[in-house]
Amino acid sequence: MIRFIHVSKEYARGGLALDDVTFHIAKGEFAFLTGPSGAGKSTILKLVYMEELPTEGDVRVAGVHSGQVRRAEIAQLRRKLGVVFQDFRLLEERTAEQNIAFALEVTDAPRASIATKVSRLLTQVGLSSKANALPRELSGGEQQRVAIARALVNDPFVLIADEPTGNLDDRATRGVFQLLRDINAAGTAVLMATHNLELVRRSDYRVIEMNRGQIVYDSSEAATDATVDGRSTPA
Amino acid sequence: MRLTLRETLLAFRRAPLLSALSVMTIAFSLFSLGLFVLVAVNIREALQQVEERVEIRAYIADGTPVEALAAALGDIGAFPEVARADGISQDEALERARAELGEFRDVFDAAFLPASIEVRLKPGFRDPETVSAVAARIRTYPFVDDVRFGEEWVRKLYNIRNLATAAGIILGVAFAAVAIIIIGATIRMAVLARGREISIMRLVGATDGFIRRPFLLEGLAKGILGGILALALTYFAHSLISRTLVATRFFDERIIFAGIAFGALIGLLGSAVSVGRHLRRV
Repeated sequence: MIRFIHVSKEYARGGLALDDVTFHIAKGEFAFLTGPSGAGKSTILKLVYMEELPTEGDVRVAGVHSGQVRRAEIAQLRRKLGVVFQDFRLLEERTAEQNIAFALEVTDAPRASIATKVSRLLTQVGLSSKANALPRELSGGEQQRVAIARALVNDPFVLIADEPTGNLDDRATRGVFQLLRDINAAGTAVLMATHNLELVRRSDYRVIEMNRGQIVYDSSEAATDATVDGRSTPA
Repeated sequence: MRLTLRETLLAFRRAPLLSALSVMTIAFSLFSLGLFVLVAVNIREALQQVEERVEIRAYIADGTPVEALAAALGDIGAFPEVARADGISQDEALERARAELGEFRDVFDAAFLPASIEVRLKPGFRDPETVSAVAARIRTYPFVDDVRFGEEWVRKLYNIRNLATAAGIILGVAFAAVAIIIIGATIRMAVLARGREISIMRLVGATDGFIRRPFLLEGLAKGILGGILALALTYFAHSLISRTLVATRFFDERIIFAGIAFGALIGLLGSAVSVGRHLRRV
C-alpha cells in the first residue's frame, strides 16, 4: 500500500530531513510514527500524500510512484487518502457540514450524493447535532472530528494523521483516538505521527520510531527478529 | 461548476473595493483606447471619402485627333486599376470652370483651357504608389502634355493614416499591458488572501484546473464588466463631441463586440498569468 524504498529527503534550507528510510505499511494496518521533534515524522507523512517528493529513493503509494508522478495524479491520489493535522485546518467561515461537503465539491462530486454522505459522516464522528456550527463554536476535539469526517469523505484506503491529538486535552484525545481505532477496525489503514507515548503504550499497534531522519526502531521488525536499524526492506 | 460560480461571486463580495477598482482600471484603459479608436474610425471614414475623389488628370495637347483620344480612353479604361476614364473636351472644361469659378464667367473662348482625360481608380488602388504608376503609364502617350494627380496631397493623407494606425497599435498594446498587470496584481492578492483555502483544496484532492477556475472566471468577469463600462464612457464622450464639436460616427457592432472581447481577453490573460505563478507558492 505504502512503501518507502531507501528514501532520503533534503530541504533546500532545512538540510537532511530523511536519511535512507525504508519501510512498508500494509493494507488496513495501524502504525504509529514516533520520535522527537525534527526526527522526520512530518516529512514522511508529506511524502506519503506527495506534498513533497523524495530527493533520493522511491515512494510508492497505491500504485503511484514518486519518481514519475504528474501533478494531476497527485490530486487523484489525495482523493484516495485522508489527511488530518494538529491544527485541524478547517475553513473558519463555513459550518461543520459545509467543511465536509467542501471536500466533495472540489472533486466535482455529484450534488445529489453530497448531502446524504455528509450527514452519514457527521453521525459517524458523533457530531450530527453540530452540523450547522462554525469551527469557532466547536471544542478542539469536535473540530478534529470534523476534520476526520472531511478526511473520510472519499472512503480513503489510509488515514494520515499528523499529531491529531497534539492540541487536545486528555478526554478529547481519548475520544479522537477511539474514533481512529474504529475507523481502522472498519478497514482503513491509519498512519499516525504522535508525541503521545501514553497512547502508543496503551495500544498494541505497530510503532515506527524516528530519530534524526532515520528509523531507529520498528516494532514489526523487532517482533520478527529483523534488524532494527530500519535499513532492511520488509518482505 | 456551481461551486466555481459561488466562489467567483464571493470574490466580488469579499473585496468589493478592490474588485471595483480593477474593473475601473480596465474600463479606463479601454476607454482611452476606445477614444483613440473612435478618432481612428472617423479619420478612416474621412479618408475613404477623400480617397474616392482621388483622380488622375491628363492634359491633352491641342490638335490631337479625336480617334487617337478615343483609342487612348479605351486603353486606359481597360487598365486593371482604373474604374473609369472620361474624356473632357475643351468646351466641357470651360463650361465646368465657368460653373465652379467666378473668374471664368466672362471667358467664352474654348481654346483657353486644354482638353483632358479624367481617370478614377478602383478602391484598393488609390494608394500613392499605384496612383503614380498609373500616372506614369498615361504620361507615355505622345499627345499627353502633362499629368496631375495631387501626389503630395495623396502622400500626406496616407502618412496621417499610417501614423494614426501605428499610434493606435502602440497605445493599445501599452494600455492592454497596464490592464493585464493590474488584473494580475488583484488576482495575486486574491490568491494570497485565500492561500489557506487553496492549500486545503489541494489537500482534499482538487486539481490545479479546479483551483484556477474561479480566479480565471473572476478575471474574465472583471474584463467584460470593464469593457462594457469603457464602452459606455466612450459612447458618452462620443455624444458629447457630436453635440458640441463635430458630428462623428460611433463604433459598429463589430468593433463593440471586439472591444468587449478584448476586455475579456485582458482579464483572462491577467488572471491566468498571475494565478499560474502564485498558485505554486501557496
